[in-house]
Amino acid sequence: MGNCSNEHRGTSFSASAASLSNPLICSSINTFFFLDKYIFSQKSCDGKNIGTYSTASLLALSIIDLCETFYCHLGVNVPDHAMTFRSLCNLLQDSVTPFVVSVHAKECAGVYFCISTLTIRIIGLLQKSTQVFPQRTESLTNSDFPQSLPVVVIFKDFEAFNSQVLQDFILICSRYTQELPFIFIFGIATSPSAIQHRLPHSVSSLLCIEVFHSLSCTQHLASVFDKLILNSQFPFKLSSRVIQVLVGIFLYHDFSVQNFVKGLQFSMLEHFKSQPLSMLCCQKQEALLSAKTLSKKNVERIRHLPSFMRYVETQEPQEQVRLLTNDEHVKEVCQKLLKNLHKYHKNYYPILQCLHSLTSSLPKFPLGKHIRELHVSCIEKNLWETEEYDSALQLLRILAKDELVAALRKCAEILKSTKILQNVLQQLEDFIGRLEALEEDSSGNGIISGKMEYQKTDLFQLQKTLLEKESRRTKRMNPFEVLRSQVIEFIDSLVREYLTPAELQPLNEVCYYSSSGVLRQRLNVTPRTSIQAALSHPFYYLQNESLKTDAGTISSAAPDLCIVYKLHLECGRLINLYDWLEAFLTVMSAAEDQDTNSEDARFIQAVSEMEFLGFIKSTKQKTDHVARLTWGGC
Amino acid sequence: MFSSSSLPIQPLCIRIIQPSNLIKRMSVTLQCPGYPEDTLRSLAERLPCRETQLATLLALMGQPDQYSYPSVFIYGHRATGKSHVVLSIMKDLELPHASVDCVECVSSGLLFHQVLSAFFGPDAAALLPRCPSLSDFVRLYKQMSSNSPATQTRYIILDRAERMRDMDFSLLPALLRLQELVNDNVTVILLSEIVWEKFRPNTGCFEPLLFHFPDYSKAELVQILSWDHHPSYTPELYASYINILLGVFFSVCRDLRELRHLAVLNFSKFCEPLEKGEAKESDIHKLWKNIEPHLQRAMQTVYLREVSSVQWEQQQMDEKEATTLRVLSAHAHIELPYYSKFLLIAAYLASFNPARTDRRFFLKSHGKIRKTNFLKKHEKTSNHLLGPKPFPLDRLMAIFYSVVDSRVAPTASVFSQISSLVTLQLLSQVGHDDQLDSPKYKCSVSLDFILAISRCVCVCVRLLDLLALSLVIQSQVVRQERSLFTAVSNLHLL
Repeated sequence: MGNCSNEHRGTSFSASAASLSNPLICSSINTFFFLDKYIFSQKSCDGKNIGTYSTASLLALSIIDLCETFYCHLGVNVPDHAMTFRSLCNLLQDSVTPFVVSVHAKECAGVYFCISTLTIRIIGLLQKSTQVFPQRTESLTNSDFPQSLPVVVIFKDFEAFNSQVLQDFILICSRYTQELPFIFIFGIATSPSAIQHRLPHSVSSLLCIEVFHSLSCTQHLASVFDKLILNSQFPFKLSSRVIQVLVGIFLYHDFSVQNFVKGLQFSMLEHFKSQPLSMLCCQKQEALLSAKTLSKKNVERIRHLPSFMRYVETQEPQEQVRLLTNDEHVKEVCQKLLKNLHKYHKNYYPILQCLHSLTSSLPKFPLGKHIRELHVSCIEKNLWETEEYDSALQLLRILAKDELVAALRKCAEILKSTKILQNVLQQLEDFIGRLEALEEDSSGNGIISGKMEYQKTDLFQLQKTLLEKESRRTKRMNPFEVLRSQVIEFIDSLVREYLTPAELQPLNEVCYYSSSGVLRQRLNVTPRTSIQAALSHPFYYLQNESLKTDAGTISSAAPDLCIVYKLHLECGRLINLYDWLEAFLTVMSAAEDQDTNSEDARFIQAVSEMEFLGFIKSTKQKTDHVARLTWGGC
Repeated sequence: MFSSSSLPIQPLCIRIIQPSNLIKRMSVTLQCPGYPEDTLRSLAERLPCRETQLATLLALMGQPDQYSYPSVFIYGHRATGKSHVVLSIMKDLELPHASVDCVECVSSGLLFHQVLSAFFGPDAAALLPRCPSLSDFVRLYKQMSSNSPATQTRYIILDRAERMRDMDFSLLPALLRLQELVNDNVTVILLSEIVWEKFRPNTGCFEPLLFHFPDYSKAELVQILSWDHHPSYTPELYASYINILLGVFFSVCRDLRELRHLAVLNFSKFCEPLEKGEAKESDIHKLWKNIEPHLQRAMQTVYLREVSSVQWEQQQMDEKEATTLRVLSAHAHIELPYYSKFLLIAAYLASFNPARTDRRFFLKSHGKIRKTNFLKKHEKTSNHLLGPKPFPLDRLMAIFYSVVDSRVAPTASVFSQISSLVTLQLLSQVGHDDQLDSPKYKCSVSLDFILAISRCVCVCVRLLDLLALSLVIQSQVVRQERSLFTAVSNLHLL
């Protein structure tokens, strides 16, 4: 029963994750909104008043034959570009012109291929498959091509295009802009100056260029984080380690939000597959319902959860006995705990946001610049025990009044928008009111106004007086300082109450996916290491008992390829084939019941397999030798 | 009727016609028999400052039914009105012509196709075989022209004729004496930006008539640019604006197109005081004061055409107080994943350091190297002057591992980052023989770029030291080089 419902829920969640990731795409599209509007306005201008002086590009269109061009400056995350361009394409097709064609560098090895690809696609769009397609765009204009609509050509990967092809293509298009307006969209991953590197001035002066920047990928990541991870609506959670793995892949390797979302989906599937109790990971009502009807097996599983065991230990002995023996009681407690867990999540995120808004403006960002860093450190351990938290609080303690009020206002707004934690909000507003009502009290500024007595002092006395002054100053605080420290203490108490690490919550295993090792193994693959592991430890993959060997020895039972591989590790950069064969034969002769005839052939086959795998290559430097391609030879 | 081969070729081949000498008063001499006069007049009006060229061309063409010279080669800088003049003549006088841009002709077949369909209709062009040779073309042309012989001279205009050199080697010589080959009244006009000397095939050929279009002078530029004045302002105001504009830009740019673009771009700014009512049209000095700094700023960026007119206008609005240009700062900025940055740095080090110094730079306990002959003599000349050197993948990875602080697993994504750097053309792959087993790369980014990247990546001082060290060892004259580099890149931009 459990499994079936799990799967079902899993799919529904992945669907919701996909739909939730759509806002990300929308945000990237927002950058193109201007572009869309721009083209539209251009189009309407074209229709009405050609030849007037209204915009520069129009003049250019009518006299100096310009092609409109847009650079979309995107980051280097290649997988995301496809999605961005697809949505851009759809957007343009819906709102501007049906003739939107996107081309890849791969399809445009020469001008001829470039134009024929373009023509075929446009004809496909015209849905005139019966027509014998002409080779040149000029003939297209002769057919009943809607005159006023521009043709939008999207160059997905501008950098990869051959610059000569691109130049020729632009020159050709510029000849026909009178009859057939062209709009180019270049997707540039590096920097807008790439255009000057690829195109000479004679060509780039034919273009009327508009640059658009997409959001930076870290901003994308932040929005995905807000929507999917820092959201109490979404019952599936990630543990701190898993978040670190996913973010690490993002920041260190690919900058691809799409891959990040995929990683998230993968971890979700993995969670629902590996954790039977994940059936409780759903919306509150459903979860309570399924907690009521837990099977005996699942109750036993709950008893074995580390967090539940910890919970049991904190209870009184009688209660402990009941929890361990009475299934019905466990179910009740389980419902209570689930409620608590949901409540914890509900309170956690607003407070986290408050704390982030308070600390994100501090110098040097003691708790991290991004909210994800704060989140990771919160769910990992007790935040208030860390040094960073102390230093952040210390910095908060010296905030000026207006800064403090502004920061508290922000917090109040965050809490207002969530509509929970009303008492906290009330207290905050109370503090704000009191801070504002505070009269500027100059007398209590703590400046010692005692008369200064000039007298000879020795070092010891000086030290004493200074210490005295110091202690006196700390004693006497003005009302603002008193209030400020109260505020800070209030914030501290909030953090201690609500931002407790998730790993300490009972039943957290239900919602939190924590096997970061599996995730790393699956998402950040190391093909080279696994090939080497397979070759040097065949037992690892084949699971054949006879292959178990000690380190450093070569067993004859191993596959030929493994033996050859292990032998070649002992050689230098160049390997003598004869010596290699001899060594191979020696290993083989350890096993008695072998037919000796086929060994040469087996050796040759193993060597060619090694070559196929890319470990060696034939060389002309020395006869009967092969060269190693992997390290270790030098 | 006479055959073109009987023409006296010898004296013509070197003579470059100087239009100014031939025709002194253009308005008077622009009366060619055989062409309607009012069309000629409107033509002359539409081609300001090219009257002499127009008259010469018309003189060369002779009357429509007369045989013309077989081939004319017209050259001159970009935007001197070559194609414009020729095509206007053809269109306005309604002469039979085929205008072909050689960029389009990826094969000579396309050229033949266009010529035939322009002269004899698409049906004739359809008769061409699938991969037509020159003789096919000549045969078909002869066949067609025997059916419909030329009553007027037919013109074949080949724009960007320099591309013809990359096509079939026999094509250009054949086209130059096409009149003779097809025995028809046809003239080939070649338009190019480069001189005839660069065209002449080494087997020799029929010499075309050379005709130069000179650059516009400053006065002529003013005259032409004043043409597109704004309807809501007086032409005098626009002319004075053009004068101011040319005063700033004439020293750096004489390209009519570019100047025109600039003129349109900055005119609204020029008119701003007028619209606000702060100045009158006669206050040229005040207007000049207003526009001058903007023009100076425009000189830095717009020549590169990296912002459009609309964005430029917006920027002008925004940047009342800000001095630095946003777009310029975007130049240096490039978003790369963390390891990609290190890979790029490693590639740079591998490309500009000799391989034998790796041990010294990247090993913690390198052996002692004698200082005197540590570097060979040829290595002492700066590597930055010699350009990047190719390096194998293994060396790149070795340097990468020693440069990165943490331990990095050799994951698939690290390797895929290398190939994505290649697609971004920050690295380039060299050599074609052994791509699978031992690919070689070159780093194709500049020192400034690498320094910018390493500045934002490296919290570790070691790497910066390393960069600095390797640079100092390689190039004793880093600073001189830098200035050289900037000079070279400036030249490129121009």
